Amino acid sequence: MFDVEKIIQDFPILNQGGTSKPLTYLDSTASSQKPTAVIEAMDTYYREYNANVHRGIYQISEKASDAYEKSRKKVGRFINARNWREIIFTRNATESLNLVAYSWGQANIKAGDVIITTEMEHHANLIPWQQLAARNGATVKYIPVTEQGYLDMAAFEAMLSPEVKLVAVTQMSNVLGTIPPIDDIIEKAHAVGALVLLDGAQSVPHMPVDVQALDCDFLAFSGHKMLGPTGIGVLWAREEILNAMPPFMTGGDMIKHVSFEGSTWNDLPWKFEAGTPAIAEVIGLGYAVDYLNTLGMDNIRQHEIDIVTYALDQLNQVEGLRIFGPKTPENRGGSISFTLGDIHPHDVSAILDSEGVAVRAGHHCAMPLHEKFGLAATTRASFYIYNTNSDVDRLVIGLDKCLNLMA
Amino acid sequence: MDDFYRENILDHYRNPRNAGTLEDATHTHEENNPLCGDVIRIDLHVNDDNVINEVAFKGRGCAISQASASMLMEMIQGKTLDEAKAIGKEEILEALGIEIGPTRLKCALLSLKVLKAGAYGLSESEWNKDDDW
Repeated sequence: MFDVEKIIQDFPILNQGGTSKPLTYLDSTASSQKPTAVIEAMDTYYREYNANVHRGIYQISEKASDAYEKSRKKVGRFINARNWREIIFTRNATESLNLVAYSWGQANIKAGDVIITTEMEHHANLIPWQQLAARNGATVKYIPVTEQGYLDMAAFEAMLSPEVKLVAVTQMSNVLGTIPPIDDIIEKAHAVGALVLLDGAQSVPHMPVDVQALDCDFLAFSGHKMLGPTGIGVLWAREEILNAMPPFMTGGDMIKHVSFEGSTWNDLPWKFEAGTPAIAEVIGLGYAVDYLNTLGMDNIRQHEIDIVTYALDQLNQVEGLRIFGPKTPENRGGSISFTLGDIHPHDVSAILDSEGVAVRAGHHCAMPLHEKFGLAATTRASFYIYNTNSDVDRLVIGLDKCLNLMA
Repeated sequence: MDDFYRENILDHYRNPRNAGTLEDATHTHEENNPLCGDVIRIDLHVNDDNVINEVAFKGRGCAISQASASMLMEMIQGKTLDEAKAIGKEEILEALGIEIGPTRLKCALLSLKVLKAGAYGLSESEWNKDDDW
């Protein structure tokens, strides 16, 4: 049973007394709130067994190492990796994507090669490929986005050729909410021998993701968007691909043997984890995964479909409000970007804030997409497990206030 | 903590069985443990009947890594390559007879890692499969 009122009780930030208006948090696409279990797990590490991992021959270090590696297994099972060695801890999805661009990209992308991405990518899944292509003489092609917020699949098929080495695509747009036809993209990309990288920053927190069922090659995501702390991200890739990749960063913990003449690398996954990692954050992420598993990712997805259905219906009744992205809840996630007449999104956001409603205003790290739609900025409301239809109602009341003030 | 100084571990550490190298080795392999710098090299002589009739190891490291190597040498001597292949993590831990924490496990299994790689060409992920999840 998905009991939102009970879920809200688990989030201290949503239960602060004393403020004149309760917090209506509608910016989980930027960063989610954290349940008590995650906050306490990190606190307990610092209070009771703070020590470095993989080194100390003493009890608290072994306990820290054990907790760190247990989290890796939790994360691996969560996305159905084949084994825990395929889970690389990074700082965030952005670092995961840069790791692939520098390590795999430098070794595999040559002059004349093509990298395909889309017009609706977050900058993190766009700039690394532009930079890689510029370094190595390759070309980036962008799958166009239609007016309705879908990918132009005919254009994608026309781009496919043996020169395409990588297709890097979001599994859920952070602006339009669009869930692209990933199975189709993967099948067609593999047919020309290209690898497929999925930006899972939005999909992994909000829907079931099974890397073996998808048959993708890389998946990048962030901890802080899935109830975990900031400063921890994940790169998953197939073990044979990771084994063939050179290290991204070098230093301690990632080596097997070091001499003045040269060095050899540690086994997976530590080959890609140079230096002391974010130990508390990794442990916190493990507890976030536990929390999501308790709710069930299918239930979370259904909850968001329900709330998006209600939100689309209510927002459509607001005068002058224009929603970008798919209008059918089953084709989209919980991010709803919109404009309200010609009121600037910063004004919309500030007025909503005075009503206790937190939304995002700006280009949401997707400037090319906004340019395409002829917009400088949009306002974005996004939903997660702790949001209810009442939050949608408070948003709509705030938007009515915007219209009254600014019109 | 007393456990780590159990007599049989200290005995193997102080008086390692089959210490040294073989001049006519059919298999030679060396690995180190990057976490603490332990090194073990194992030499085997396998005869025409596929029997490991001579063994030797040479190493540097803590009591756990060196004693477990010495014990492993006794375990495989006189066995066929196929018989020795069946030796795994559990057999090593049983021979040591103490609780081993996750960090020291790397020390305890270093000699097995050398044997698996040197005699069978197996990487740790191939013989330590039960550790996948």
